[in-house]
Amino acid sequence: MRHLILSLVLILYPFTSGAFEIEEQVLFGPENSARMIRVISTGDVRVFEPMITGFLAENTDVAVDYTVVSSSELMKAISQEEASFDVAISSAMDLQTKLANDGFTAPYSSQATEALPEWARWRQDLFAFTQEPATIVLSKEAFAGLPLPQTRQDLISILRQHPDKFRGKIGTYDLRQSGLGYLFATQDSRTSEVYWRLTEVMGALDAQLYCCSSDMINDVSTGKLAVAYNVLGNYALSRADTDRFIVLLPSDFTTVMMRTVLIPRNAQNKELAEPFVDYLLQVAWNNAGQPSKQLYNSIMTLAQKEDSLRRIRLGPGLLIFLDTYKKRSFLTAWENAILQE
Amino acid sequence: MSGTVHSRGSIRRRLMVQLLLGAAVLAIALFFIVQSLARQLAEESQDHILAAAASAILDAASVRQGELQLDLPYSAFSMLGNLSNDRVFYAIHFDDTFVTGYDDLPLALESNNFGPRFVTRLFRSEEVRIITAERRLASAGKPVTVEVALAQTRDGQRDQLNWISQTAATLGAGFFVSVAVLAFLAARSSISPLLRLTESVGRRGPQDLRPVAAPVPSEMAPLVAALNRFMDRLKTSLSRSEEFIADAAHRVRTPLATVRTQAEITYRRVEKEENRTSIREMIRAIDESSRAAGQMLDHAMVTLRTDHLEQAVVDLNTLSAEMVDRLRPMAELRDIDLVLNVLNKVATVGDAILIQGALRNILDNAIKYSSTDSTITLSVSQNAGWAQLKTNDQGIGFPENGVEALKNRYARGANVEGVVGSGLGLTIADEVARAHGGSLNIANNTEGPGACVTLSFPLC
Repeated sequence: MRHLILSLVLILYPFTSGAFEIEEQVLFGPENSARMIRVISTGDVRVFEPMITGFLAENTDVAVDYTVVSSSELMKAISQEEASFDVAISSAMDLQTKLANDGFTAPYSSQATEALPEWARWRQDLFAFTQEPATIVLSKEAFAGLPLPQTRQDLISILRQHPDKFRGKIGTYDLRQSGLGYLFATQDSRTSEVYWRLTEVMGALDAQLYCCSSDMINDVSTGKLAVAYNVLGNYALSRADTDRFIVLLPSDFTTVMMRTVLIPRNAQNKELAEPFVDYLLQVAWNNAGQPSKQLYNSIMTLAQKEDSLRRIRLGPGLLIFLDTYKKRSFLTAWENAILQE
Repeated sequence: MSGTVHSRGSIRRRLMVQLLLGAAVLAIALFFIVQSLARQLAEESQDHILAAAASAILDAASVRQGELQLDLPYSAFSMLGNLSNDRVFYAIHFDDTFVTGYDDLPLALESNNFGPRFVTRLFRSEEVRIITAERRLASAGKPVTVEVALAQTRDGQRDQLNWISQTAATLGAGFFVSVAVLAFLAARSSISPLLRLTESVGRRGPQDLRPVAAPVPSEMAPLVAALNRFMDRLKTSLSRSEEFIADAAHRVRTPLATVRTQAEITYRRVEKEENRTSIREMIRAIDESSRAAGQMLDHAMVTLRTDHLEQAVVDLNTLSAEMVDRLRPMAELRDIDLVLNVLNKVATVGDAILIQGALRNILDNAIKYSSTDSTITLSVSQNAGWAQLKTNDQGIGFPENGVEALKNRYARGANVEGVVGSGLGLTIADEVARAHGGSLNIANNTEGPGACVTLSFPLC
């Protein structure tokens, strides 16, 4: 499929012409098209390609300029530099909420946005299109002969019973580097005190800190890690080597992150951005409230776990953990728990 | 009597208009009262939540070694999100220095050292409600102040107000429509006693002047009482008129008859030709006066009685026969043969006294204007839906021109000079015929000399 599309891959390390750092930029559709949608996104090109291809099939004269950045760079591009993008897609719910709260978005309302569940939309600015649970990935090899934990408490017990087996073999996000890790951690801490106990146990067992889900899953797959905590389940399940690990949705509670899309206030092609957002939402939600397989090749069925799901709530509450004071005190507490020197 | 009434306005319409105007004013007042109450409530509830959130933030503040410790509670902002999807801004100042939040968010007003202050103003081109609250803490033996400014946009409130406005408008409109329907029914029911009274009074006539006895609303009681008194006086007045007419006829005719008799006696006694001529003139004048008085009284009676025509079945055959019998002696005095020719049995509805008067005047005319030794025929027949009393004589007939004018009061034919007459006879007959919905037709006989006068009445 990909060879049909004129794609322009610009790997730009370091990208110096803009102040925000671009990881990858791809052009879909006809070159030099007058009708171009500029998309800024934290999602891999690989993930969004089928969806964009579908959109372009319906709008043949339109081109999509897809720019991949990190979530904090996206925030910087939209709020500080007011770069001209038509659509912004990010997994950082807190930063997206802050963009909407601070007035950097253009409100948009259509049949597609109104059809969203209450929890998948904030105002007329922010629209969720995926549900991605934070999971615990366990190495099959390491857990051979051990009972599989179902809850965080189970995991704490097993770690305590076999400290030698797991020492140095537990991975989790470095909250100082990863915005997503910080979001998951703060939401976990709001839901239950068990998060802090688990963090202390992991700290006591010399937890390894990572920037990204994919690195953690790689290390579980190779056997370097036995447990990876708060890993994006969709990433894990979309890999080829799923036979080497178990993806666990903790039954005490599973934090669910939602990717969101917004139209920036200074978008120059709102009339193109709006059908693009509609298309994205329709593709994402056409399957009775479940994320579409066109976006994520996920075998995860969330409906069966509905009771334990804790969807992160869009809204001003997310601004709290972005506050410098709050962040400083949370990270201090976390460092005290995880870095037990 | 005039049939036109000058009317201005309508009670029912006035009642409707007043009720509807009242309802409209109330509906509009209801709308604005509900709206303003709702606005007040919405503003108060936003203020309360802002105050709760601000105090939750201030409670989380403490000072340690001169440094502000602030563990912003998640609930402070999530409670703001519970009410509506409004945007939230905050700024925290420690010892008059901005420490965290939105540094461009202004503190509302000067500190009053008392409670939280509220202000509504534009921030980032949106209207926001800002609360500013403060808390006194102590650091190294001297007081320090933590101030928090918390702002929320008012979209939710606006949506809520729109919804309430719509509901209030629907409520007001519904109220107005209900009152309109009720007003219509009320106006109709309040006007119905008047209609019943109108109908009841309309049925009254000279033969029926009973007071209105049916119960009426108290507001109408004075009117009905006045009406009853008026009808009572009218009844008295009517009977007095009739009495007067009968009395006058009696008092005028009787002395005249005596005078005439005396004149005739005197006529026979005197022998001088000039004296006899004088007395003949006298007798002629007395006859004229007697007839004129009689006819004028007849006419007055007709005028009176036709105003409120009696509605009784009148057998015209009997009536004609009686009248012919009564006038036959007078006709025989002049050797005139008075013949009654009954072709059909007919009857009409009306006042027998009036019809008698009309017929008497016609026959009287016929006798008066016929030459001696002639025949007068009264035919009673039914013709094309009408009951007809047709009188044919063999007299001088009517003049060729101006036949219709003879029906006017005091009009006399150009060819009857020298015959005693008041000019009221045909007028009376015409008025009676018209009062009964019939007509008087006067013409000359088509065959031979003489007049043909036809009274037509509707058949009953």
